[in-house]
Amino acid sequence: MDSATSELPTHRTPLRDTAETGLKIVVVGGFGVGKTTLVRSVSEIRPLNTEEVMTQAGVGVDETDGLPAKTTTTVAFDFGRISLNDRMVLYLFGAPGQERFWFLWDRLFSGTLGAVVLVDTRRMDDSWYAIDRLEHHGTPFVVAVNRFDDNSVRYSLEEIRQALALPAHVPMVDCDARVRASGKDVLITLVNHLHDLATAKEATL
Amino acid sequence: MTPRKPVDTGDPDRLYLVTGGRSRADESFDLVTLIVSESAPTPGMQSEHARILELCEHPVAVVEIAAELGLPVTVVRILLGDLLDTGRVTARHPRAAASVASLPDSALLQEVLHGLRNL
Ligand SMILES: Nc1nc2c(ncn2[C@@H]2O[C@H](COP(=O)(O)OP(=O)(O)OP(=O)(O)O)[C@@H](O)[C@H]2O)c(=O)[nH]1
Ligand SMILES: [Mg+2]
Repeated sequence: MDSATSELPTHRTPLRDTAETGLKIVVVGGFGVGKTTLVRSVSEIRPLNTEEVMTQAGVGVDETDGLPAKTTTTVAFDFGRISLNDRMVLYLFGAPGQERFWFLWDRLFSGTLGAVVLVDTRRMDDSWYAIDRLEHHGTPFVVAVNRFDDNSVRYSLEEIRQALALPAHVPMVDCDARVRASGKDVLITLVNHLHDLATAKEATL
Repeated sequence: MTPRKPVDTGDPDRLYLVTGGRSRADESFDLVTLIVSESAPTPGMQSEHARILELCEHPVAVVEIAAELGLPVTVVRILLGDLLDTGRVTARHPRAAASVASLPDSALLQEVLHGLRNL
């Protein structure tokens, strides 16, 4: 598992000087579902970790009478990166699907191309919430089922679709988040879906 | 940076020091806006400003700067605003960061697909 990590350089790998367009895709899912593993398997850098702060109202570093608010909350997330060509760089974010995180969704992920909901069939409840929020935000997404070896029950994608009450137009895909080719396939499934949506929309203009 | 729990309580005092008490971040800096230094650090410059200038010799995304400095994204946006105002950095903003629900055009997505397939 960690062999994939050690192959990556530990020092910073700079972007090309011609890089000009940053793009975002977000991987959401419950605790331990494999978000960081998926990011790592496709990223050209070792996943980095960062944080954003918010007050209870969700507004950033707050001030009270010129003093910083005493109750700031920090939400951490990790990310990796893929240089697509000389100009375009795709950033892949791993975000916990928990309730508090969604206060920060707009500030962090407005303009995101789309999202991957990573599902562990043993903990479907975590996915429900993420799907509901993405629909609410109007963010297009696909559902990727991370198949864990130690899971004895193997539900079909169709069974999972029904359990999640997922509309037919939302693509689903099996994956093994540890495998680069599989992670790549998940991303291609998402961008294909986005491309279809964009093409359909352009046809009506 | 040491990994943290997804949600924990930050240290407001430290952030207050770094930003000189300011709280309004320049919202035009997206997480994936690419920053490039236009000058070298000068003596006496605030250390965070100097670090950013060193880091951004080649383009670096805002979120990577935050990770490297171990500072929240909001704080980095404030620091970048200072550097942009004084012409010490330039910013390459993302094309696709309009409203949440609006899709980028199919030509851009085709380029993304092409890049992913070539991985
Ligand atoms: N068998 C198997 N194990 C996996 C797979 N994906 C992830 N794991 C393991 O599951 C554990 C959790 O994976 P992470 O990638 O850390 O999950 P995460 O969603 O980032 O977890 P949090 O950030 O803590 O919420 C790790 O020990 C991974 O090695 C998979 O596809 N198959
Ligand atoms: Mg993780």
